Amino acid sequence: MSFHPNDVARRARTASMLLIGVFLFLLVAFFKTQVVQNAQYSLQSEENRLREVPLPAPRGIIYDRAGEILAENLPGYSVLVLSPSADSLRAALRGLSGTITLAPDQIEAAVRRFRRAPNRPTVVLADAPFDVVSVLEEHRLDHPGLIIQAEPKRFYPDGAAVAAFMGYTGEITEAELSSRAYKGYKSGQQVGKGGLEREYEGQLHGREGTRFVEVDARGRVVREAGARQDLLPESAPPLYTNIDLALQRYVVELFGDSLIGGAIALEPRTGAVLALHSAPSYDPNRFIGGIPADYWRQLTTDPRRPLYNKVTQGIYPPGSTWKLATAVAALQSGLATLDDHMPTPCKGGYQYGNRFFKCWDRRGHGDISLARAIEVSCDVYFYQLGLRVGLERLVGAGLQFGFRDKTGIDLPEERAPSFPYAPVKDYYDRKYGPRNWNASFVLSLAIGQGENAQTVVSMARFYTALATDGAMARPAIAQGKMERTEAFRLSAEQMSGLRKALANVVSERGTASASQIQGLVLAGKTGTAQNTQDPTRDHSWFVGFAPADDPKIVVAVLLEFGGHGSRAARIASKIIERYLRARPIQLINTDG
Amino acid sequence: MQRRMLADYPLVLLALTLSVFGVLMVYSAGQTDVPTPVVNVYRSQIVWLGLGLLAALVAANASVRLLEWLSWPAYLFSIALLLFTLVFGSGAGTAAGARSWITVAGHRLGQPSELAKITVVLMLARVLATRREAPRSLFELWKPALVVAVPWVLIMAQPDLGTGIVFIGILFAMLFWAGVSWPLLVLVASPAVSLILAFSTQIWGAWFIALVMLVIWYRPYLVEGIVVIISNVVMGVVAPVLWTRLAPYQQQRLLVFLDPSSDPRASGYHVIQSRVAIGSGGWLGKGFTLGTQKRLAFLPERHTDFIFAVVGEELGFIGVSLALTLFLVLFLRAVRIAQRANEPFSSLVAFGLAASWFVHVGENVGMTLSLVPVTGIPLPFISYGGSFMLACWLVVGILVRISSVGRGRADMISI
Repeated sequence: MSFHPNDVARRARTASMLLIGVFLFLLVAFFKTQVVQNAQYSLQSEENRLREVPLPAPRGIIYDRAGEILAENLPGYSVLVLSPSADSLRAALRGLSGTITLAPDQIEAAVRRFRRAPNRPTVVLADAPFDVVSVLEEHRLDHPGLIIQAEPKRFYPDGAAVAAFMGYTGEITEAELSSRAYKGYKSGQQVGKGGLEREYEGQLHGREGTRFVEVDARGRVVREAGARQDLLPESAPPLYTNIDLALQRYVVELFGDSLIGGAIALEPRTGAVLALHSAPSYDPNRFIGGIPADYWRQLTTDPRRPLYNKVTQGIYPPGSTWKLATAVAALQSGLATLDDHMPTPCKGGYQYGNRFFKCWDRRGHGDISLARAIEVSCDVYFYQLGLRVGLERLVGAGLQFGFRDKTGIDLPEERAPSFPYAPVKDYYDRKYGPRNWNASFVLSLAIGQGENAQTVVSMARFYTALATDGAMARPAIAQGKMERTEAFRLSAEQMSGLRKALANVVSERGTASASQIQGLVLAGKTGTAQNTQDPTRDHSWFVGFAPADDPKIVVAVLLEFGGHGSRAARIASKIIERYLRARPIQLINTDG
Repeated sequence: MQRRMLADYPLVLLALTLSVFGVLMVYSAGQTDVPTPVVNVYRSQIVWLGLGLLAALVAANASVRLLEWLSWPAYLFSIALLLFTLVFGSGAGTAAGARSWITVAGHRLGQPSELAKITVVLMLARVLATRREAPRSLFELWKPALVVAVPWVLIMAQPDLGTGIVFIGILFAMLFWAGVSWPLLVLVASPAVSLILAFSTQIWGAWFIALVMLVIWYRPYLVEGIVVIISNVVMGVVAPVLWTRLAPYQQQRLLVFLDPSSDPRASGYHVIQSRVAIGSGGWLGKGFTLGTQKRLAFLPERHTDFIFAVVGEELGFIGVSLALTLFLVLFLRAVRIAQRANEPFSSLVAFGLAASWFVHVGENVGMTLSLVPVTGIPLPFISYGGSFMLACWLVVGILVRISSVGRGRADMISI
């Protein structure tokens, strides 16, 4: 080699320069990574080591109007497992099977939950009994990914008695997760399912908190607390309702185990729902933490359909209860007065064209006024009144009274009633085909049969207008702003005349004479709706209010297969008596 | 003699500082939330450091002439060991599938390639020092090329790409130090460069044109020029074929080097976790033993190949700068020793050994930031590993010896 000191010195300089160059290059690279991009890598490092365990917020407590608790939260426990992959989750669950019993479908459900949100701990048992939790606590060290979480659990002290309007809570479904209404929700959270729980979900659910646990590269929980400051959950504000729990319990008691049907009680001026029951009911407490399969099967196979709300979802021909709508339609258009008689007196039936329309009372009612026809529910009178009003105008009035619309009660399941739309020609042409219908269809409609099926809540709403000044109140379970919309406008005499006729229904003279209450003037209308499935077993209706001169409560009752409307009337009268006897009647100026 | 030998205390002090720092980092690497056997390896690292100091003392007392005399037998011995390893060896660490360790009754005795690095430097020095003039043509390079090629082939057969790269680094560094002109070095390296650039036709084309111009300007022998051109063409065309013949894990490593996120759970995982560890360190780091990436085992090979990521995570940019500065000063010192050596053989040995360290540091530190592919070679003085620690201190001893007989007074000369 050339070993002259100058040559060597030159090469040494080159080598030193190269060394310093590489050194500076590395320094710049480390500076860029450690100082410039520090925030990004710190975040990644935190994401590596921390797993978020949701701390569920207690749902808002639901109160009745007197401050009684309808829905509250009890301390509960959920069992969760953190795992890096579906396979290791399966292995962990198999490991747990030694300590607690897990059915294969529970394991598969947990794996599905894991796939939806791999970075969140997977819920294995949403509502673990205390003995299971204590066994797991003992064997904690054997199960590295195990997390036991105190989790408030929904509880309805009155259970089945409030199920009709309460709904229940359950784990959010995939469909819900992907819908916009549930934006910001995370897999595994509990949400309201049905009833108030669903309707007021946004208000009731509170804000979920977060606990941070530290895991190692294999997903084992290394530190359960203190890895980072927990974010505490924020509990939701309470929800105050108009429900009168004592009355609600009484209604449930009246229905007992044998009756099938629904009842709603409202304040006529405010629309405040005092009680709402659908029988038979179900126990929402058994739905919390996952519905047991056998209970679900029992509920869905029961022919009485406990899960089907007979107040808001069930639609039934309104029968004679709807005659008031025909009467109001005639009165408001000036086609009849309460004292008007019809050309043909009732002799048990009415011949129209080539068809004979029967009256419910074969003996006939004779030559009577409209007021009397309401009292005795004379079909023949209403056939003729219907003809006088005419199909077009009767349907128009029905639409005006909201018989095709939802009432807007604050329950998510409400179903719209079934009623013709205007112009009637379009409706009937479409339904029966042109020429297959004629003006005689108004006869059925006028007595609440025909193309008319109403929900219980819809009929109750119409009677709030009869009980007041012609304005209908939107039924409201939660306290808040009341809404009234004018359904019709009648003179004060006409209104008091109608109320008097309705009061006479529930007197010795009327169809519901057995439902009189001592010292109270009760007003209302019975109805017997033909059951399309079984003609021998009619549905029984009663819609009414009391006191007749100054109504404080409107009640609608429907009994499936209840026979004559007087049976429903007896229940309604007991509800009203209980409500009005339970509280002193205040004098309110009805004009105000 | 004794007085002058101790004279290069800056070198010894630097090496000692790095070693103590290394023991501390190996200790920290063992501190994990879920304990592993690594928790105790710092103790054996201390024992190996002691043995290394002893080896350095022996080497510092051996005359350079003895080393020169030993270079042939030592070279042959290490070739024999490499052959033995290829047949009976076992793997470890990131290169668990390779045969690079000699294991007796379950105890890994060491990696013969560590010894080979030193003996190849000695042999190369011997070959290059005998010539008065630096080689001027490719043909004249056949001897040094052969000296490196034999152990290189054996090591690549293990396979151990990282160590193979170290040998290439040693060859070029020593040719440079022997005075081989840079155009000739470029011509030597050109087929390999063609091989790497063959993946992009445009880049390879540009490189090829530059190479042809260099050949015309440098005017080597006609035959050599033609050989260089042809071998470049062959490499440029053969490369894609060779690629398909690489082991899948080798292909994977190269791919992951190009794009670490391509396989975040498998091969890319090491690189990403290493970068996250370093990046999350910030200016001052998370504190000694407190790195979460390390503590929770997200960082792989914490005490060996990726120990520098632990430095970055726990001691931050300040710690990294200090460690890199220590290495820089050590290398500059070694270059100085090579410069002051009183005869060519010593000078070449000193430079070659320093170059070996340098390639180790560059490759190891570079891979923690994925600046270079993950090849699994240790960081001198810092990474846990017995035979490597021993080899590093053997080199320190040789350097001290060369320094002590070098020109000028060592203790008077600043680094």
